[in-house]
Amino acid sequence: MSATSAPARGDLRPAAGHDVPAYRRRRRLPFSPWHLVLIPATVALLFPFAWLLITSVETPSETLHFPPILLPHAIRFANYSDALATAPFVRFLENSAVVAVTTVLCNLVLCTLAGYAFARFRFLGRTALFAVIMATLMVPFQVTMIPQFIITKWLGVHVLAGVGINHIGALILPNAATAFGIFFLRQFFRTLPLEYEESARVDGASRLTVLVRIVLPLATPPLATLAALTFLDSWNNFLWPLIAVTSTSQMTLPLGLATFQGAHATEWNLLMAANVMSLVPMLVVFFVAQRYFIRSVAATGLAGT
Amino acid sequence: MTVNSAARPGTRRAGRAGLVRRALDSEQFNGWAFVTPGVALILLFGAVPIVWSAVMSFQKSSFFGSSTPFVGLANYRKMVHDPIVAQAIQHTLIYTALFVPGTMIVGLFLAVAMNRKIRGIAIYRTAAYATMAISTISEAIVFIWLFDPSYGIANYAFSKVGLPQQQFLNSPSEALYVIVAMTIWGWTGFAVVVYLAALQGVPQSLLEAAAIDGAGPWRTFRRVTLPLLSPASLFLAVWLTINALQLFDEVYLSTQGGPLNATTVLVYYLYEQAFNQFNFGYASAIAYFLFLIIIVVTVIQFWVGRRFTYYRS
Repeated sequence: MSATSAPARGDLRPAAGHDVPAYRRRRRLPFSPWHLVLIPATVALLFPFAWLLITSVETPSETLHFPPILLPHAIRFANYSDALATAPFVRFLENSAVVAVTTVLCNLVLCTLAGYAFARFRFLGRTALFAVIMATLMVPFQVTMIPQFIITKWLGVHVLAGVGINHIGALILPNAATAFGIFFLRQFFRTLPLEYEESARVDGASRLTVLVRIVLPLATPPLATLAALTFLDSWNNFLWPLIAVTSTSQMTLPLGLATFQGAHATEWNLLMAANVMSLVPMLVVFFVAQRYFIRSVAATGLAGT
Repeated sequence: MTVNSAARPGTRRAGRAGLVRRALDSEQFNGWAFVTPGVALILLFGAVPIVWSAVMSFQKSSFFGSSTPFVGLANYRKMVHDPIVAQAIQHTLIYTALFVPGTMIVGLFLAVAMNRKIRGIAIYRTAAYATMAISTISEAIVFIWLFDPSYGIANYAFSKVGLPQQQFLNSPSEALYVIVAMTIWGWTGFAVVVYLAALQGVPQSLLEAAAIDGAGPWRTFRRVTLPLLSPASLFLAVWLTINALQLFDEVYLSTQGGPLNATTVLVYYLYEQAFNQFNFGYASAIAYFLFLIIIVVTVIQFWVGRRFTYYRS
């Protein structure tokens, strides 16, 4: 059985043709048969992107035409400037970038400090605090969003307007430190050998110096993972901005785009131009840092296994 | 230590300074100093709200009213008798039951196809990954347009193969399935990445051993590869389910829960109650109910999954 079937497997050339049953004697394709599966799949995956691009350069009458016009007669870039004239997409982009970058930086600093302390120091209340943090990790956002809204509103009125409702600060502060980040980094720090840290301590380095000089250089992979995941989360977050922000000047891209869609639901060419503009920055970031994003997502998957 | 240095004659001042320095260097002090900023934020925006919304779910509270009288289980009782909650649960479960296996099957199929060194593989993989970079909002807008009943290309394709024109998102019987389709597309990249990573951990020696034992490609896949992928499958099932039960963005953008509540899922109804009706008490009760569903479903998945999950080492 194995003697006859093994040579028939596509990647091995049959040693002697007459040994192989006729039905198994397949002509070898000049290319891998998997292309026949992957090309249609890729077309299906990319088609929404392609159709998005095509519609974004059509005239209004071309979009409202049935059957749909697959190739527009002229490429109308004016849709992009028209969309920009109707809604401040550059401002949305700025807001999204400010919120995402600040959130990432805050998370890197705060989660590193807390994660390291939970991993290495013994202090009063450590176990209890860590248990509380782990508990918040399991609760879905929908449970906390109403009190979070009330707290944010209160903070804006009584403490600092910049972190209150209707300011982008409100999109940063509640996510500036995450239970996931603390847990994730703590798990990593616990895997590091103690020797480096101990010898630095013997040489008289402070605990903060040890963290910054000795531990952090070893922690770039998990920090990059945390940064990539936090960035994606922040960039795509919709529900919290929808609740926390109403004025156009403070909106992030997803919220600005959703609002634009609400106002221009039938102007498909403008809507798609706006959509392309909001997609492209993230696509660029994603492809430039593709390795980090992919590795990060894969890491969460493998961590779960 | 402290006693020693303090007892040494002539070093009293240095001893006190040493005491301060030692305190500043202690695990107690550093532990609290390192932990406080991050933990304070998580307590304020995570832990306190958990308790607060639990309390609110027993109150008749609203955004405008200043008095929040306790009403016992009234919010929960109202929920049990609310026909829209019953519908929302049904829609949420139908959506989850279609979306989770759908995404896993598409992801597994593509990952297996892409787990080989053939020409152009980087292009194929990148196409799948690209769906990860697109936000739920962008994704929903594109799919609303693809499935537009009057001018959408989906209906054009239907007419080309002789199928009748559909109302898609405007039809109570179809809207939820269009949302299933768009979210499967949006999560494909994620599932492919997770499965590809797991596939790369499958040792070549086991596959070769199976081939030598006479197993065909399908048998090898069923009996060797799939069991080795089971931890990744369990992770995906749990992760996708948690996300599916919290579906909101696509519904908000494409149908607003309509037509005729056909796409009202739990989180959408919760959002409406909280931020359109400002029934914070009732919305909190629904939120806790959602939390309960998530816990129950996740526990069941781990419990069932344990029997089918194969861990090496």
